[in-house]
Amino acid sequence: MHDLVSIRDLGKKDVEAVLSEAARMEKMPPKKSGELLRGKLVSTMFFEPSTRTNMSFQAAAKRLGAKLMTFYPSVSSTAKGETLGDTIRMIDGYVDAIVLRHPYEGAARYAADLAEHPVINAGDGGNQHPTQTLLDLYTIKKLKGKISGLRVSLMGDLKHARTMRSLLYGLGMFGADVNLVSPSALRMDEEVIRETKGMFGINVSQTSDINLKGVDVLYVCRIQKERFQDKYEGEKMQKEFRVDLEALRGAPEDLAILHPLPKVEEIPPEVDSDPRAKYFEQAKNGVPVRMAVLYLASKG
Amino acid sequence: MPLMVEKISEGTVIDHIKAGAGMKVLAILSDAYPLSKMAALIMNAHSRKFGRKDIVKIEGVFLDEKIANRISLVAPSATINMIRNSKVSGKRQVKMPDTLTGILKCPNPMCITNLERAETSFLRVNDRHLRCRHCERLFSPEELA
Repeated sequence: MHDLVSIRDLGKKDVEAVLSEAARMEKMPPKKSGELLRGKLVSTMFFEPSTRTNMSFQAAAKRLGAKLMTFYPSVSSTAKGETLGDTIRMIDGYVDAIVLRHPYEGAARYAADLAEHPVINAGDGGNQHPTQTLLDLYTIKKLKGKISGLRVSLMGDLKHARTMRSLLYGLGMFGADVNLVSPSALRMDEEVIRETKGMFGINVSQTSDINLKGVDVLYVCRIQKERFQDKYEGEKMQKEFRVDLEALRGAPEDLAILHPLPKVEEIPPEVDSDPRAKYFEQAKNGVPVRMAVLYLASKG
Repeated sequence: MPLMVEKISEGTVIDHIKAGAGMKVLAILSDAYPLSKMAALIMNAHSRKFGRKDIVKIEGVFLDEKIANRISLVAPSATINMIRNSKVSGKRQVKMPDTLTGILKCPNPMCITNLERAETSFLRVNDRHLRCRHCERLFSPEELA
């Protein structure tokens, strides 16, 4: 692996290699991991706000012994109108790897075409966020011991959430059974579902009813209320697609509840202490997974 | 009385265009070649194969590969006939290529190719969809053409 731009660029073996390397990183003593990228420079270029992705990439680079060069768009020549292409070419000359988040879709692909050093996509608008998908798969495998054959429900705004599209692809790659739960107006693009089913031959069902019976993993994402012209309609959908203690009554004891975070109203705080809530553990897994990605990319 | 359209001695006849798509083919040609060229659009001509078809004739123009590829998006059944000395000197059916590079604009306003000078590239997924190599969105051939 040189660049990591899209989950679509990875085959099952590539994903397995990242997951296995992440498991190794998680167990590795800091003294040992700190030698792996010693002497290397990593630049984090975030053109959009980020908490988890930014911080966990920084933590990952530092735990590997690399030094960080943080790019701040608001105090750089970007503020004077310098193009992304010129900025990437220049920073590529300074560092050994670039971690890029940008609001435009395809920005990471463009940057990877221009840069000689590895470019890691940390989110390109509504398109891809491959390290999120990898850490989701890592978390599921770590919690359940496997992905193949698991019954996974993806719930929320499946029309707009990039996380869900990429995760469906990743789950398809490993042969999970997927149930898509969303309001009918926020269903995932039919063509995306058809393509995933066609490529991997998995079962994908769709519903607007929350039924957690027999579900192994419930992956929730936010209803993006700001996308509704009718605010009342958005609020109503959020209330219907809320995972509270009442909704969890009767759900399997070994259910794993995941969420890419930040969560707002879709999972109220009282669920956080439920042993089935695994989203903070999921966020923590971002570090070993991103360590694995940076390390594998540096090896080429 | 049948409709008479002047023959061309040097140029291209695009035949077997699905009825209704001829205007789109003409739009692609007028975008690519000077408007001073003589061109004719015959709509709803009789066709044994399709029942009705459109035909486009353009004098003094021989289509390059990029334009033929664009035409394949709106008229996948079209045949391109090259006319030299008033005779058909070559004939081929258009074919949508697996990759279309540098000839189409991505309809997604948030695609990086609409912000920076990145060369567009679209990958054929099936007959109904192409995927932008950058923003990865799926588009129908008509949307791209």
